[in-house]
Order: sequence, then structure tokens, then C-alpha cells
Amino acid sequence: MDINDLRGLSTAFLMFAFIGLCIWAYSKKRKKSFDEAANLPFADDEMNQRTLQEEEKND
Amino acid sequence: MSELNSALEHPTYNYKVVRQFAVMTVVWGIVGMLVGVLIAAQLAWPALNFDLPWLHFGRLRPLHTNAVIFAFGGSALFATSYYIVQRTCQARLISDKLAAFTFWGWQAVIVSAAITLPLGMNTSKEYAELEWPIDILITVVWVVYAVVFFGTIAKRKTSHIYVANWFLGAYILAVAVLHIINSMEIPVDMTKSYSVYAGTVDAMVQWWYGHNAVGFFLTAGFLGMMYYFVPKQADRPVYSYRLSIVHFWALVAVYIWAGPHHLHYTALPNWAQSLGMVMSIILLAPSWGGMINGMMTLSGAWDKLRTDPILRFLVVSLSFYGMSTFEGPMMSIRTVNALSHYTDWTIGHVHSGALGWVAMISIGAIYHLIPILFAKPRMYSTSLINTHFWMATIGTVLYIVSMWVNGILQGLMWRAYNQDGTLTYSFVEAVAASYPGYVVRFLGGAIFFSGMLVMAYNVYMTSRRDVESQALPATANAV
Repeated sequence: MDINDLRGLSTAFLMFAFIGLCIWAYSKKRKKSFDEAANLPFADDEMNQRTLQEEEKND
Repeated sequence: MSELNSALEHPTYNYKVVRQFAVMTVVWGIVGMLVGVLIAAQLAWPALNFDLPWLHFGRLRPLHTNAVIFAFGGSALFATSYYIVQRTCQARLISDKLAAFTFWGWQAVIVSAAITLPLGMNTSKEYAELEWPIDILITVVWVVYAVVFFGTIAKRKTSHIYVANWFLGAYILAVAVLHIINSMEIPVDMTKSYSVYAGTVDAMVQWWYGHNAVGFFLTAGFLGMMYYFVPKQADRPVYSYRLSIVHFWALVAVYIWAGPHHLHYTALPNWAQSLGMVMSIILLAPSWGGMINGMMTLSGAWDKLRTDPILRFLVVSLSFYGMSTFEGPMMSIRTVNALSHYTDWTIGHVHSGALGWVAMISIGAIYHLIPILFAKPRMYSTSLINTHFWMATIGTVLYIVSMWVNGILQGLMWRAYNQDGTLTYSFVEAVAASYPGYVVRFLGGAIFFSGMLVMAYNVYMTSRRDVESQALPATANAV
């Protein structure tokens, strides 16, 4: 085993890590939770409104 | 006590620190770009340095880069990251005091830069010119920033950490590592220090830092901004959340290797140059993945671009992002770099990223934020946003095109040989040939800068309580 084996192995490792990541991200099982996550920017209007009201009161 | 209970049961956001940073984004944008316009004018009309050392190009150029990157871009990132992390975690920042410390600390860094750089105090490391006492202050502010940001994520009320926070977290973490390692220096006195690195190692550390300042400060951070404000302004979730995850990991894994492309044909070993070049070319894939993800968020709602100039800022910024992340990998190819390196092409490339991507997405995000932060239904004048949009676009295009022309012209003139092996042109002939390009660049920059003044007026009028927002134009198509 010399340095070139290590280089080859690290390339293979990165390739499998990338493929694994893609499979993980695109698996059906996670679709629902990712849909939830994608909607987070639209889920907090109440707290935003409350903040604006409080600021109005304190001025 | 009852007040405390109500605050715990009905938490609110800290909008104060967001408002402070948002307003300073506009202020520092104007200051930084004004210095840029001045030094652009100096290159066209050298007499404009007035024979004063403090106004010399060599001292004002780092002031310009520090002001636009760290003061303008930095304030925009602080404002939007504090806003996004609160709203997507549904939690208030962990500490108002620490957040306020980052605001005043960062302003202190900027003011110290504005004083020391014209005085000629300079470490000579590009984008890291500030001397060691300021470096220490930056480190302290940045660590507190990380505590506030990650502390807020830790106390989130949502189960997910929204993708924008991943990008913002990576930017905060990476910039801390980059700044500390690159700024290792030995002080001689209060205003002078020397890097602990020497020779080629110094160059490699410098450009590992320099390119990742682009990759993490100017890209990952602003992509975090993109992943929140594009969906929010378009009123629909991001095109593909799965793609955003692949985008994130691919981008952060590859960017960190791209630095050596700044050192082609230098004493840096050839294999390291090749590595930097290959990694830079691979970077095209995650960069375009992110751009496509942002753009496609509008699919089915393209008509909004006709009526909403804020969305137009955001989407055009993505087009410039796509353009400059194609240009960058191309320029990192060694043989292309042989033509482009040390010419104005590099300056043009940087500004298609800086004006087209970073500034335009920040401007769009700030236009989105200001009405919310000042409790107004919308900006004072939507038609002035539209005016600003066209000034910014035209200014950027004039800037980039003139620098492309100049860059290729310089590259070709420098490499032209006569049959006997002597150079066809002297250096000064290439400078003289660049003159028209410098004038056009000055014009483009001045137009972009003037757009910021229009923005400042609009922001001021929106912030005034006694002024109502103007009615929207009667027909949508008229915009």
C-alpha cells in the first residue's frame, strides 16, 4: 500500500459519499419531511405580527 | 413577573438589530461604492489623486474592497442572517445584548478600517489588509456572532433547520476558520505585523483564504439569503428542497479546494495548480444547481416578474450568479488564465459577481425587509425600485463589458511577439489602449452608485412615520 492507493481510495470514498447523499436526499421516505421544511418560510406569520404589535406598543 | 411570563408564552422577534444592520447596509453601500467610483475615475484621470498619499489608488483600493465586501456585504449578511434564523426557527435571538454587541463591534471594525487604510497601515494580504489589533476585534465579534446564530438554532421551535440556515451556518463557521488561520501574524508594533507564513506557503494560505472569502462570505452567505427571500418574495416554496441539500454539501465540499487557481504559472507546485483548476471546473455543477433551484422557484409564476421589481432584482442576481460561475471555472483553466491573469478581465469577473450577484441580491433582500422592519405595507415608491433596478443592471453591464474588452486587449497586447522574439508592444501602450474602457467602467460604476442614492431616498421615505407609501401603478403592465 502506497500513497497512490490512498489517493484512489479517497476518490472512491468521495464518489460513494456523493451518491449516498443523492440517494438519501431523493428517497421517497423523506419527501414529506422535506416538504414541511420547504414551507418553513411561510409558517410563522403569527410571531411576526406579534412582534410588530409589540414594537408599536413600546414606541 | 406577568410581563416575563407573557414574553415566554408569546415570544417575539428581535427586529431592532436587523433594522440597524439593514439601514447600515445602504449607508456602507453608498460609501464603499463612492470610493470605488473615485478610484475608477483615478484610473481614467490620474490627476484625481491630487498628489495626496491618503487619496492614492494604492491606499483607497483596499478601502473600497473592504467597504463593499465587509461593510456593505457584511451588514447585509448580518441583517438577513439574524432575520432568517429567527423566522425559520420561530425563536428570538438567544441574546439581545450579544446581538447588539455584534452590531456595534462590526461598525467599530468598519470605522477602524476607514481610518487605518488611507493612512497606509496594511498587512499587504488581499482582502485581509487590516492590521492585527483590528483582526483581533474581528475575531471577537465573529465568535459572538456564531454564538448568537447557532444558539438561536439550538433553541428553535421547529424540528427542521431550514436550508438557508445551513448555508448561513457554513458561512459563519468557514469565515471564522479562514480569518484566524490567514491572519496569523507577528506584531512589531501597534500598527505593523508580519505574517507567520513565508514565500509560496504564504501565497497559498493567502489564496486559500482569498478564494474562500469569495466562496463562503460572498457565495454561501448570499445563497442563504437567496433560499429565504426568493421563495418569500415569489410566495411559493423553493423549487426542490432535495436539490438544495445536494447543492449545499457539494458546494461546501468543493469550494475549499479552488484557491490555487489564483497562482497559475507561479512558484506553486504544478500539481497544486492542476488540483485548483480541476476543483474550480467541478464547482460549475453545484453553482448551477443552486442557480437553477432559485430560478425554477418562479416556474408557474413568471408573470410576477412583470409587476414586482424586487423579485426582478432577486432573479437577475441569479442570472449574474450563473454567468459569473460559468466564467470563473473557465478562467481557472490554466491556458485561459495565461491570457486573462493580471488583466482587467479579472476585475470584470469579480464585478459581475460583486455587482450583479452579491449587490443585487442584497438590494432585493433589503427592499423586501425595510417595509416589514418599519411596519409599512410596502416600500414608499415601487416605481423608484424599478428605476433602481434598471440603473443597477445597466451599470453592471457597462462595467463588465468594458473590462472584458480591456482584459482581452491587454492579454493579447502583452503576449504579442515580433519575429525576432522582442515584445511588439511596450506596457504603456497597453495602458493607453485601455483608456476608453476605463472611462466606460467609470460611467457604469457611477450609474450603479447613483442607483444606491435612489434606494437611500426610498428607504428614508419608507422609514418616516408621517409618510404613506405611494399607490401602486394603476396597471401592472405599466411598471
